[in-house]
Amino acid sequence: MSKTAEVNEAKFDEMVLKAKTPVLVDFWAPWCGPCKMIEPVVEALADEYKAKVSFLRLNVDDNPNTARQYGVMSIPTLMVFKNGQPVSNIVGFRPKPELSKVLDKALADG
Amino acid sequence: MAELKKKYDVIIIGGGPAGLSAGIYTARARLSTLLIEKGGIGGQIINSEMVENYPGFTEGISGIELTQAMHQQAAKFGVETIYDEVTGIKVDGKRKTITTAQGEYIARAVIIAAGAERQKLGVPGEWEFTGKGVSYCATCDGAFFRDKTVAVVGGGNAAATEALELTRFAKEVVLIHRRNELRATLIMQERVKSNPKIKIFWDTVVLEILGNRSVEKLKLQNVKTKEETLLPVSGVFISVGSQPATGYLKMLLKLDTVGAIVTDEKLETSVPGIFAAGDIRSSSIRQVVSAAGDGAVAAVNAGKYISE
Repeated sequence: MSKTAEVNEAKFDEMVLKAKTPVLVDFWAPWCGPCKMIEPVVEALADEYKAKVSFLRLNVDDNPNTARQYGVMSIPTLMVFKNGQPVSNIVGFRPKPELSKVLDKALADG
Repeated sequence: MAELKKKYDVIIIGGGPAGLSAGIYTARARLSTLLIEKGGIGGQIINSEMVENYPGFTEGISGIELTQAMHQQAAKFGVETIYDEVTGIKVDGKRKTITTAQGEYIARAVIIAAGAERQKLGVPGEWEFTGKGVSYCATCDGAFFRDKTVAVVGGGNAAATEALELTRFAKEVVLIHRRNELRATLIMQERVKSNPKIKIFWDTVVLEILGNRSVEKLKLQNVKTKEETLLPVSGVFISVGSQPATGYLKMLLKLDTVGAIVTDEKLETSVPGIFAAGDIRSSSIRQVVSAAGDGAVAAVNAGKYISE
């Protein structure tokens, strides 16, 4: 079981869009191999960035509307939200240093 | 900051079935073993929801479950895993120095099992629409195309598997292949050809992937008649083979014409003490079972090399 907390359609507004800190949302599904592969990487990042970014995951199987709304057509997709807007979008498995770079950039911009 | 370089008997590069199997064997031979994986454990097979041809699993097993179990098994016998990218290997007699993005490690023998990377199609639109209708994993993304028309590009086992997997969701699957026959095994060909949802476009290549916010059409060309057509699709799954991940090894090891590592029957490369296993090796048949077999052969011979 992943250590990353789940978010769903009902709570997306409150937990992601209205959040005071940037939020990384991991769009995943139980059938997806690469999603399981990226899980420990996301957990490690969550540890590293815990003061600055909150980490949540959204099951696209149970929450298809949110996935559709943000144009997610491939998983895993990691999307960083800042002030209610998606600011970066990473599709597919990426090694940790590459994800750190994207997060650093998202944090630095604006 | 000067850090002491860590020393191991064996360093394995790559955490797919070949590397994991090698680790099980070296660790059981009581050789200290470090496995270096640049991404996540599992290799290419994690994209397969069902592996039907790995012996011992009568009902099949998912690629991720199979490789996670292999990893647990390797860890149980003492294989240490780090997540880092190997950038070079330096050979100084029996001593091999492995340079990674974050450090340096020393080994007596090295087993390279870094596998192969999915080949891109290399057409306009592919990059822009990745994650917006262009996908490399039907298991992951098939469900986003429920009742839609999708295309699969390729003609090998992976492409056939992707096409069959997609029929669970899509209204119609168009398999686009540049030749007039499939390379997939006969059982897969039979399944593809008898599936009413799959249509095959023979002798056809994709020239361009078109759309606005996501994939809408493919521009196709028949290679024999040169005729161009537009095919409306919501998604395109690319499965056109893979390329051995040997970029940094060119200067060190003998490679074949496609860039795979040439080995002898001990799976030793042109450099003594460096072995290769799995899809990175020349003439690999690209199966989990042969990768695991390669891992065992390389591990046993690495052990012999060390004790010589």
